[in-house]
Amino acid sequence: MGLRVRKLVTTVVFFGAIAGGAAWFLTKPEPWPASHWADLGEPDVANGEQIFWAGGCTSCHAAAKSEGDAKLVLAGGLPLKSPFGTFHVPNISPDETAGIGSWTLAEFGDAMTRGVGRNGEHLYPSFPYGSYARMAPKDINDLWGFLKTLPKSANVAPPHDLPFPYNIRLTLGGWKLLFLSDKPRVTVDTSDPKIARGQYLVEGPGHCGECHTPRNSLGGFETAQWLAGAPNPEGEGRIPNITPGSKSIGSWSEGDIVNYLETGFTPEFDSAGGSMVEVQQNMAKLPASDREAIAAYLKAVPVVE
Amino acid sequence: MKLKTILTAMVIAGCGVSAVIAADDPVKVREGLMKQVGGSMGALAGIAKGEKPYDAEIVKTALTTISTNIKAFPDQFPAGSEANSEASPKIWESMDDFKAKAAKLGADTDMALAQLPADQAGVGAALGVIGKNCGDCHQAYRIKK
Repeated sequence: MGLRVRKLVTTVVFFGAIAGGAAWFLTKPEPWPASHWADLGEPDVANGEQIFWAGGCTSCHAAAKSEGDAKLVLAGGLPLKSPFGTFHVPNISPDETAGIGSWTLAEFGDAMTRGVGRNGEHLYPSFPYGSYARMAPKDINDLWGFLKTLPKSANVAPPHDLPFPYNIRLTLGGWKLLFLSDKPRVTVDTSDPKIARGQYLVEGPGHCGECHTPRNSLGGFETAQWLAGAPNPEGEGRIPNITPGSKSIGSWSEGDIVNYLETGFTPEFDSAGGSMVEVQQNMAKLPASDREAIAAYLKAVPVVE
Repeated sequence: MKLKTILTAMVIAGCGVSAVIAADDPVKVREGLMKQVGGSMGALAGIAKGEKPYDAEIVKTALTTISTNIKAFPDQFPAGSEANSEASPKIWESMDDFKAKAAKLGADTDMALAQLPADQAGVGAALGVIGKNCGDCHQAYRIKK
């Protein structure tokens, strides 16, 4: 090999390594510094329970069709079909081996808000940490306190079933770089505490946008279409537009939305259907003020026809 | 007041007859049947919430409409009638379960008819039992388009 060629190869390798290193640096899993989760004190378990219902944890993590106390057994295993493959929801019961009973608050909090697993790996955004990233550390601490009071399950959920390249967790760093943010999704009048609370609930724990907002081919939100409706990720039909420009609920009053979230009935006495049935049942367990806050926020978001 | 009650009852009952004879399209028929069920639920909810005064005739008419319509409902799903409707293909995959869910709403409603709720609280209680069926079935078998 001539000197010039050798020099060229060295240069390519050198810059390749820098680019690779930069890519790795930009996309590596990024938990919060430990101080983020320190000094939060004793959890408020009652608030943790409300966060639990607002977050709808049970809808994916409990066994399918669970009712009553069975909703509190977070055994995992539910298959979530998506355009990227089938995700199998993990066991997050307090079982020390099958569940997350031996995790620390920081490990739990970094999974919830940074999408980083216990072993420092990227988690798939089928777990909606892209929304939970907006949650206050206090609420995470309270939720963690509540989860620890729930029954243990020894169920071992199957691994995700994803085709290449989605089975490579490293690629998720790129997804995060592009899409993971803890900033507000839309600008609303947060001087009104009701709207501000609604924004927190909808954009954070409630993770409403995960189904109600359309995504681009890389699985990121179409940001100008916030809550404007999307194809049903589980296959059939569409998830409706819930902005004030919606054909289905745009004409509803704030009170109609509150009533729907409480009872499951529309103003015409049609009922919730599909996955929204469970979501509504969870929302019915929140304080009335939270349902009113959600309704106020939904009336305040930008109109999308 | 009495006249208003009779008129309301006639309107609710009248809709039933006209919907069934007017349309041959099963999608239109079943949507019409469900609309009346919704209307009846609304009439009951108005009383349960205290927005309307308790009226035994209205309660009876509403319950009768739900009972009659839901019994006819599962027969409006001939093979191939899922196009242009909110019916999930799962209906045809699990027709027995679909029919069982309709039958359960029928039975719950007949139970309320047999012992007609006698006041606002009674209507509320009956509505709770009956209303649970809506979401149970729509969760599995209705898709939004």
